[in-house]
Amino acid sequence: MNYISPVLWQFISRWLHDFPLFPPEASTIAPQADALFFFMVLVSLVGLTVVVLLIVGFSLLYHKRRHPHAVQIEGSTLLEATWTIIPLGLFLIIFVWGALVYFRIYTPPANAMNIYVVGKQWMWKVEHPGGQHEIDALHVPTGRAVQLTIISQDVFHSFSIPAFRVKREAIPGRYTTVWFQATRPGTYHLFCTQYCGTNHSHMTGDIVVMTPEDYRKWLQGSTSGASLAQDGERLFASLSCNACHNTQPDARGPNLVGVYGSQLTLSSGQTVTVDDAFLRQTILNPSQGATQGYATIMPTYQGQISEEGVIALVEYIKNLSTDYRLQQTLNTTEIPPEIEGKATGKASAGSGEVKP
Amino acid sequence: MSTATIVSLPDQSTARIPKVNFLTKENGLLSWLLTGDHKRIATLYLISITFFFFIGGALAALIRLQLLTPGAELMATDTYDKVFSMHGLIMVFFFLVPSVPATIGNFVIPIMVGAKDLALPKINLLSWYLYVIAGIMMIYTMSVGGVDTGWTFTTPLSTHYLNTHVVSAGLAVFVAGFSSIFTGLNFIVTIHKMRCPGMTWFRLPLFVWSNYAASVLMVLGTPVLAITLVLVVLERTLGIGVFDPAKGGDPLLFQHLFWFYSHPAVYIMILPGFGVISEVVSTFSRKRVFGYTAVAFSSVAIAVFGFFVWAHHMFIMGISNYSALVFSLLTMLVAVPSAIKIYNWAFTLYKGSITFETPMLYALGFMGLFTIGGLTGVFLGSTGTDIHLTETYFVVAHFHFVMVGGMLMSFLSGIHFWWPKWTGRMYPEKISQFAAVVTYIGFNLTFFPQFILGMLGMPRRYASYPPEFQVLNVFSTAGATVLGVGYLLPLLYLTWSLKYGAIAGENPWQATGLEWQIQSPPLTENFAETPIMDHEAYDYDWLERKQASEVASV
Amino acid sequence: MSDSTTIANAAVAEAGHPHHGEHPPFQRHHFESVVQQFDAANFAMWLFLLTEVMFFGGLFMSYLIMRNWYYPAFVEGSHFLSIFWGTSNTAVLITSSFTVAMGVWCAETRRKKGLILCLILTFILGLMFLGIKGIEWHAEWVEYHVPGLHFSAETFLNPASAPEVYKEYHDKPLSLGMANKTELYFFLYFAMTGMHALHMVVGIGILAYIIFRAWAGAYTTGHVTFVENFGLYWHFVDIIWIFLYPLLYLISRHQ
Repeated sequence: MNYISPVLWQFISRWLHDFPLFPPEASTIAPQADALFFFMVLVSLVGLTVVVLLIVGFSLLYHKRRHPHAVQIEGSTLLEATWTIIPLGLFLIIFVWGALVYFRIYTPPANAMNIYVVGKQWMWKVEHPGGQHEIDALHVPTGRAVQLTIISQDVFHSFSIPAFRVKREAIPGRYTTVWFQATRPGTYHLFCTQYCGTNHSHMTGDIVVMTPEDYRKWLQGSTSGASLAQDGERLFASLSCNACHNTQPDARGPNLVGVYGSQLTLSSGQTVTVDDAFLRQTILNPSQGATQGYATIMPTYQGQISEEGVIALVEYIKNLSTDYRLQQTLNTTEIPPEIEGKATGKASAGSGEVKP
Repeated sequence: MSTATIVSLPDQSTARIPKVNFLTKENGLLSWLLTGDHKRIATLYLISITFFFFIGGALAALIRLQLLTPGAELMATDTYDKVFSMHGLIMVFFFLVPSVPATIGNFVIPIMVGAKDLALPKINLLSWYLYVIAGIMMIYTMSVGGVDTGWTFTTPLSTHYLNTHVVSAGLAVFVAGFSSIFTGLNFIVTIHKMRCPGMTWFRLPLFVWSNYAASVLMVLGTPVLAITLVLVVLERTLGIGVFDPAKGGDPLLFQHLFWFYSHPAVYIMILPGFGVISEVVSTFSRKRVFGYTAVAFSSVAIAVFGFFVWAHHMFIMGISNYSALVFSLLTMLVAVPSAIKIYNWAFTLYKGSITFETPMLYALGFMGLFTIGGLTGVFLGSTGTDIHLTETYFVVAHFHFVMVGGMLMSFLSGIHFWWPKWTGRMYPEKISQFAAVVTYIGFNLTFFPQFILGMLGMPRRYASYPPEFQVLNVFSTAGATVLGVGYLLPLLYLTWSLKYGAIAGENPWQATGLEWQIQSPPLTENFAETPIMDHEAYDYDWLERKQASEVASV
Repeated sequence: MSDSTTIANAAVAEAGHPHHGEHPPFQRHHFESVVQQFDAANFAMWLFLLTEVMFFGGLFMSYLIMRNWYYPAFVEGSHFLSIFWGTSNTAVLITSSFTVAMGVWCAETRRKKGLILCLILTFILGLMFLGIKGIEWHAEWVEYHVPGLHFSAETFLNPASAPEVYKEYHDKPLSLGMANKTELYFFLYFAMTGMHALHMVVGIGILAYIIFRAWAGAYTTGHVTFVENFGLYWHFVDIIWIFLYPLLYLISRHQ
């Protein structure tokens, strides 16, 4: 190979060295999605081969030189029915199979660990339940179902992990969810795939998959001292939510203990299930979610709390199982300055609210 | 009879271009700018869309150059964002949508149905002027700094987060939309009301059928885009609107309204291309299109189903899982008529007498590329694989296979096919066959690697990318260079042929359409006397008998 | 339609046999017959109206969705629209539809004076509609209900601050979040009525041209296509208002 310019050769070999043709499969869903993908590749290849064979074959057989006079044929109902029904059947199989995979990806299991993701121009902020914050990175353990609750603070983004074959749009003003269970430790790409403005192509990061032990160590090593729910608790106190939501018999606001997941009757007579989206909406825009029997006196927090603040509050309310933690907030007098900063300083125009 | 061509030209030593034709009837710039003649308007359109095609193409070249290296070396990211946005806007609204209908369609549809002109010549001229005004607005937008919304104007990005020229770009597309509405409206009226005696619906050439279907989509879809853009512009200028989540609006509503037009727009772009392929495949295999009725109705079926699949652009956007299910199913249904067409064209070749002039080469290229483009569309229509593949280069490759591999191939096929009729002169055959092959190779080299990039997860609209994607991107850029040559060649030799091409005569292809039975270039009023359609479409026996009787009478 | 077709036929009969090259002067060269010309123009107009339906459809869709979400804001917002002016405008517009229909009839039966009279009446009624619309918009401006430019949700946070409306409807104060949504209601109100008014302005412009031509004697020689198509357009604009009026003014007003 000496006659090839050594520089060019180096160049080519460097290229060839790092030249993947297929992404890694690092989640439980990846092989399932790929199975469908390869089935479709197969169907496509067969379809394409048939078309090419027909065209090439007929072109050779009925070239003017060989076949100077065309034979007029009107059509053939049988043949046309064939190439209507066979593709239709195949497409329907693909449809059903695809729908199964789709529902699997977008229906998180009940025991999934929930991690919050906030997208903003041009970074991803990740909030772990243990209070760990990450930017443009997400650490997850293998062998454990992880649910992401995603929201955007400004424009549309899209949280994409090609190695896991999952992707979900981050939408301003509403939570979306996706889940996965990682299988292979390693570092994988995280992309924002929805065009989101100037530095769209810089809104990338790393998905770090770790063994459960490594993950435990990482959690301990990067904790900020307070869990997400504790952050929420402090915010709850500093915003004086407890002035009304205080579990007292004469409280002006409904008791929040155990409210998450319960059925609630609103003052409009509607019955709703309390979930993340409902809590978020009611914090930001209380009038639409007022509980029956309570006056709609709660002020709106639209534009007053950042998306991370809302997430902390939601996480706190989610974990309220006894009166005790709530009573504790009544005794909290001093407000940690950094939480206050978070509560008011980061209010931004991008925070919207959820539609029913 | 064993020659490998069907081209039959008049004796070049005696042949002359007819003195009186639509090109020479009147002279002077004003006679062009105020013309009502559909053939002249088609010519004006051809010049203007070629202009925009090469602007869009230059932008595409910049994109490919930028992606040659992983970093953002050639352009800063904001410049790159503007370049791909302008590329998309210009190619979609100023080339693809008007390409076949406003040029070839404008030229041949009235002749094909046996009319002297489109039903509303002034409206036809108006739609060209609207196109020009829109084009000027777009050029203005580009020259004052461009727009970086992508061609999709996604809210709230376009309404609140960008300080580029969204308003002028939006209004340009708004105006271009009305140009396309008027073209579609004109075609529908012409096809309904202007058919000559004997021209029943099922004697219409398939080109007319597919343009009819596309026109229905234009007329019903484009107004929705128009009002959506008005709302975007109002929201941007007044700061209040229905798409802003902070004010209680809903950005997903924008997605619904936008794709309600923009998915059918894909069929607006491709359906007229289908029509070209039907004409060309039939002519160069000397056979009636296999299953005429099925091909005709599959166009209509695409138009109808095409309106009910828009939400497949939003599978990952938080629409309910069940509506994703419905839209996925409908997407599968809309894929079937395309499959029917492909196989019907393939079987048109069966027992034909095939030759391979340039239009046929482009048409065969179309069939291969469109098959790939269509099948990869199924990957994206299937909800499960869409999650991984959407918003990546897989989508980019898919729609370029359909739009460039499909639409542009059929456009070039049609231009070569009707060029003799249009100008009265033949294009040079050998070099154009070469150009067709170059285009085909260049195209595959450019866009096939992008499927793999998409599968690897490379997101679209990225100015820079992880280094391991470089090799495939280099292949793609190399292919784009070849493709560029493939597009420049026709521009050169077609211009050359205007003066030096062989005289074509009435019917160089021995084709059956009414447009081939009149002089080339045609008279301003197309027909000396109203034609009477007394045979089916693609009746080659009729043509033979007619020619035999002409020879006998001479 | 059938009436006008027979009249068009009559025009053909009078103008002689088009096949012998003797076209009536208004027949465009590329049509085989006047009937074909009339049919084509008429059909094109209906198609154009179809695109208009789709155009307004986007607005109606947005309205329905937003109304569903922010029902209280939309109800209280509608209290600030004047039923009196709205109803008057509906009456004005329906009357103008009648006069334009009469105008078309006059043109078909070749009554020049009647045609001009009807068209001028339509013209005046159209201007009246716009005038009343202007009065209403002015009222919104005074009440700070023009979104984006001149807006305040004060009257919804504190309904008593607008005593006239409060006297009639006894609106409860809306919460801040919901009160802000009234801006969306008014945005849609202005977008829809504004787009409608724009169509009226275009219509009145065309009408002025038709009156001018009619004065010069056009449209009463059997060729009424233009007047008839204008009539279709005018009726269409009327019908849009017939939908806007209940949606914006009437629905759930007394809840």
